Amino acid sequence: MSTDVRSELKKPKKKKVLLMGKSGSGKSSMRSIIFSNYIARDTRRLGATIDVDLSHVKFLGNLTLNLWDCGGQEAFMENYLSQQRVHVFSNVGVLIYVFDIESRDVDRDMATYVSIISALTQYSPTAKVYVLIHKMDLITPHAREAVFVDRVRLVRQKTSEFIQGAGYTGELDLIPFATSIWDQSLYKAWASIIHDLVPNLSVIESQLGSLGVLIEAEELLLFERTSFLVVSNWTSEEGQNNPTGDRQERISNILKHFKQSISRFTGTPRNAEQFTLMEHKAGSRFSMFACKFTTNTYLMVILPPGEARFNSAKLNCQIARESFKFLDGPVTPGQSYN
Amino acid sequence: MSSRLRGLDAFDPDGSGEQPCETSSSLAQQALTRVYEQDQRLRKNGSRVSDQPPDLSSKGKPRLLLMGQRRSGKSSISSVVFHKLPPSETLFLESTARIQKDTMPSFMDFQVWDFPGQIDIFDNPTFDIDAMFGEIGALIWVIDAQDDYLEAVARLNVTILNLQRTYPNIKIEVFIHKVDGLSDDYKLDIQRDITIRIQDELCDHGFENAPVTFHLTSIYNHSIFEAFSKVIQKLIPRLGILEAMLTNLCRTCRFEKAYLFDVLSKIYIATDSEPADMASYEICSDYIDVIIDVTEVYGSWPRTQKYREALEGPPWNQKIEDQVASGCAESCMVLSDGNKPIILREVDKYLALVAIMKEDSYDKMPLVNMNVEVVVQGVKEFFEITKPK
Repeated sequence: MSTDVRSELKKPKKKKVLLMGKSGSGKSSMRSIIFSNYIARDTRRLGATIDVDLSHVKFLGNLTLNLWDCGGQEAFMENYLSQQRVHVFSNVGVLIYVFDIESRDVDRDMATYVSIISALTQYSPTAKVYVLIHKMDLITPHAREAVFVDRVRLVRQKTSEFIQGAGYTGELDLIPFATSIWDQSLYKAWASIIHDLVPNLSVIESQLGSLGVLIEAEELLLFERTSFLVVSNWTSEEGQNNPTGDRQERISNILKHFKQSISRFTGTPRNAEQFTLMEHKAGSRFSMFACKFTTNTYLMVILPPGEARFNSAKLNCQIARESFKFLDGPVTPGQSYN
Repeated sequence: MSSRLRGLDAFDPDGSGEQPCETSSSLAQQALTRVYEQDQRLRKNGSRVSDQPPDLSSKGKPRLLLMGQRRSGKSSISSVVFHKLPPSETLFLESTARIQKDTMPSFMDFQVWDFPGQIDIFDNPTFDIDAMFGEIGALIWVIDAQDDYLEAVARLNVTILNLQRTYPNIKIEVFIHKVDGLSDDYKLDIQRDITIRIQDELCDHGFENAPVTFHLTSIYNHSIFEAFSKVIQKLIPRLGILEAMLTNLCRTCRFEKAYLFDVLSKIYIATDSEPADMASYEICSDYIDVIIDVTEVYGSWPRTQKYREALEGPPWNQKIEDQVASGCAESCMVLSDGNKPIILREVDKYLALVAIMKEDSYDKMPLVNMNVEVVVQGVKEFFEITKPK
């Protein structure tokens, strides 16, 4: 057992995730909040990243993110583009490019961005590109939408100009997000980045769906244990009427903040798991519980009211744990879970 | 207004009640609306005389007066505690030019009056002293501990001496404020110094046991809420009975600590007789926040009638109301560390009971719930009886 598991473990190719952008645009802050359980206020203490800060983030047990947090000073950037070009840009799964919305020299930012893209298309043409327009909290709320749309249009325009100019034939789709470390928008962006990297996603989704139908839930959210990003979710027909569109990110944000409070209360490290069960019955409106599910995940279940329904759903989720074990194990392609 | 722990109520006649805190909008957005509102308020009141007598409708409500030198942090305190302003944003508050009166829709409807610091009310004959202090509950005097406080102490002494003669029942609370930047030793030194100065002065004028209490506060941690809790607790008639109830509950259910919270302001109005510690208060008040936030996401929209019918149909065959054990919000959380559960139980629209249980008591939840239910009924009765007639 142990030997073939070990060989299987090696199998999934380590995805390289490049985190790039101008210096001071908030790359390391993001990384610390999402993966090291910092709170937004603490990121003020972070110093500048020198060269590349490599980190291996374990996610869901079977996925190791190979996160390259690249320093943003121009000297470093030039270095990546010249001497370390092959080293940095080969075998990239995802490029996350961060734009500081407050930056004054937009033209220069774009020029750097285009040269990064050209290096990327040269060595990893299949890589996905996420563009994060960051520090949106500095824009007045009603202007946010317009500023974001405007900036995204500019980025797209530059990208297509480059593609035409270089005669590049491959497909390059970029996915834009507006983010800020002071609200839940950061979780939205990262959840979507992670979402695409998770193996076995279709299996997780279909299994979650059948569990949801079985226990008459309104919504199921599956969180990763330390980062509290939403890995997968399922919503019933009725649950889709919920007017709160950003609820996944909001719940991530809420629970993650509460984890900090618990860690202060119990004196345990911030990365440790803080709670095993949380239940809330809101009278005749709804009930919900969030529990430890597999070793690396938490499951949150939103149910219609009803004591009997609540208890049986809780038991059923305990039982379902067994068939979700594969979340923690290594990827085994071809194996079916029915 | 709908309950914040339970979400929108189907039978709420005035569901349009204002929500004091919109978590849906971002912080920046909230700040902007706040600035706008403040601006509007100033404009509206600018033409009026600043020292109008209190309107008659406010009679009969206990009153908290916030007084102190200018820039000592009075408005910051009231915005942080009663309006949920993040402490970092109180830097941008404007100087208060007139008495700001806030009525708190709370379990006992108290008022908070925020005074401008630059005027001395006893020098100014236009102020109606009697209307102001006639039905006051407590006077909160804020002293900036990071500044030279001699003048503030001198003014406080004058105020106390003036009030003691005519209104001896006023409780005087001194908040030694902005202590977040000071070392622990220095904090205590300041507290001792201020205490001695005030008591000596009062003794010289023949008041031996004036009701003056001192608190060390800061808006950057929970100490301000703790201090306000102590102040509010003094205004509750027969608080001892509430405390005895909670102590009893703690003993029967083996709770470590139990708090009765005002949900909106997160002030606790009673706790059991165990010594209070900051950590358990913080976790309980943060837990209320989590429940409020989650409820806002999932409890704030109405489900369709068809869906409801499906839920009431087979296999349950019961009305939704009969399927739930309790119409009030009940919540529980089990921490990984030592299995120390926290429970929350809604008492009414404004109050919630939050307790920290001992290890392994989660297994006995049904029993605990029954005991809690009895105490909750008791608390409801208590407020029914002590309500001012």
